[in-house]
Amino acid sequence: MKPLWIIAKRELAGYFSSPVAYVFLVIFLLVAGFLTFTAGAFFERGEAGLGAFFGWHPWLYLVLVPAVGMRLWSEERRSGTIELLLTLPVTTWQAILGKFLASWLFLALALALTFPVALTVNVLGEPDNGAIVAGYVGSLMLAGAYLAITCMTSAMTRNQVVAFILAVVLCLFLILAGFNPVTDLLVRWASPAVVDAVAAFSVVTHFDGFQKGVLDSRDLLFFLSVIGFALFATGVIIRGHRAG
Amino acid sequence: MIRIDNLVKNFGAKRAVDGISFTVERGEVVGFLGPNGSGKSTTMRMITGFYPPTSGRVSVGGHDVSEAPLAAKRLIGYLPESAAAYPEMTVEGFLKFAAAMRGLEGEARRKAIARVVERCFLGSVLRQSIDTLSKGYRHRTCLAQALIHDPEVLILDEPTDGLDPNQKHEVRNLIREMGRSKAVIFSTHILEEVDAACTRAIIIDRGRIVAQGTPHELRAMSASAGAVTLEAQGATAERLAALGKVESLEGAFRIYPRDASQAAALAAAVIDLVSREGWKVQGMYSERGELDEVFRRITLPDTVAK
Repeated sequence: MKPLWIIAKRELAGYFSSPVAYVFLVIFLLVAGFLTFTAGAFFERGEAGLGAFFGWHPWLYLVLVPAVGMRLWSEERRSGTIELLLTLPVTTWQAILGKFLASWLFLALALALTFPVALTVNVLGEPDNGAIVAGYVGSLMLAGAYLAITCMTSAMTRNQVVAFILAVVLCLFLILAGFNPVTDLLVRWASPAVVDAVAAFSVVTHFDGFQKGVLDSRDLLFFLSVIGFALFATGVIIRGHRAG
Repeated sequence: MIRIDNLVKNFGAKRAVDGISFTVERGEVVGFLGPNGSGKSTTMRMITGFYPPTSGRVSVGGHDVSEAPLAAKRLIGYLPESAAAYPEMTVEGFLKFAAAMRGLEGEARRKAIARVVERCFLGSVLRQSIDTLSKGYRHRTCLAQALIHDPEVLILDEPTDGLDPNQKHEVRNLIREMGRSKAVIFSTHILEEVDAACTRAIIIDRGRIVAQGTPHELRAMSASAGAVTLEAQGATAERLAALGKVESLEGAFRIYPRDASQAAALAAAVIDLVSREGWKVQGMYSERGELDEVFRRITLPDTVAK
């Protein structure tokens, strides 16, 4: 298991060796703040909760998570370092997991830096802190699911931009499947069972529970399966390139 | 140490490596020669476990690369053709990473890094990030990574590519030195490197081994091997024709042996004739044969042989 952590450490250090990580963190916090306080009307709501904050996350991550993950494999393939990495004594899975965990940890750090929002509601009122913790857990799972999908698209191409766009499109599908305007549209010509089935594939449906403070094992399982499936696909793609 | 058995690799419909078999023992330096696209890199990538073979087997130190990849990879130091290294890392950081991945820690790691830094002359760039390095330094950084765990098997894909003549010389010396205690395979386009560093050369073309042997044996396959070039006043082609096929050069003649068995005696026969005829000799050379001629002849059978 050790090589996994060495790879993760190298990858994480890679983020901070250029200004990109800091720029990302600043943009993430600014946009999260803007969406929460201005677009989300945090104060006008008069609620002691973080609905205005977490509600935006599926959309916020839609662009930012693929930006963090797009280089994971495409850059290794473009520069040829993948040959170096995979001829070291590691398994492909250790390499995939190591890289994924490094990026996930980076996203967790970005998310952790939003703690002033949680402090603010605690100063202003008496929120349900359990719900806030659940919201953070859900948000982290959501980021992980997007990230795993980005890992997969990143393994598909040498081009980071292509990896980014593919990831955004796939993640958008995962949002739209349960997005109210879309389900409303679907209801008009599909049976409720079909609408529910489609919505079951949506991150929004599963993220809602967390926001309400409900830690449902089914929601957790959903995100973990998305992560598991996307990382498995990443492995298949990487092996596929080498098998010719 | 390295045993390759009927190795085949297809990329789609194209067959890149077509049934290659050979073995390399400890103490051997095997030069891998062949035109671009002949399957050299593909073969090396299969030995290092990067490409799974379509069929056939590779074993390194008794470990099958497909079945026990980790055990085999631990024994191998590999310099890929791209000599790629993570551009945002410093040379020191990169070597630390490589050492850690090889399970080296603490004092052992520090010593290993100091050893390869000295070996590959990286002392002056240790704290520089890799993307600011010149090609030669970047190449040597990647080479240092391959040597960090003092591997028993070294696979070097074009180790002297992009180096200046001094660096080439150093790397060849390094390869020769490593070859005393390790099994080494390296690929090259530069035929003089075969002489400088190899104990054995394998020439591959279109995915097959077309010739192999010591540099001396390969050279003997050359048409000019054993030929005698004579510069002498009074010498004529007609007289020399008795000894073999004669080619007139500028102010000289080159006599080719009729067959390989005659090659050894040709020089003596020429000296004999010269003294009988009383020609004044200005120069006389016996040709060892030219590797590049052998190389061209066997890797381009359609154009050169006709």
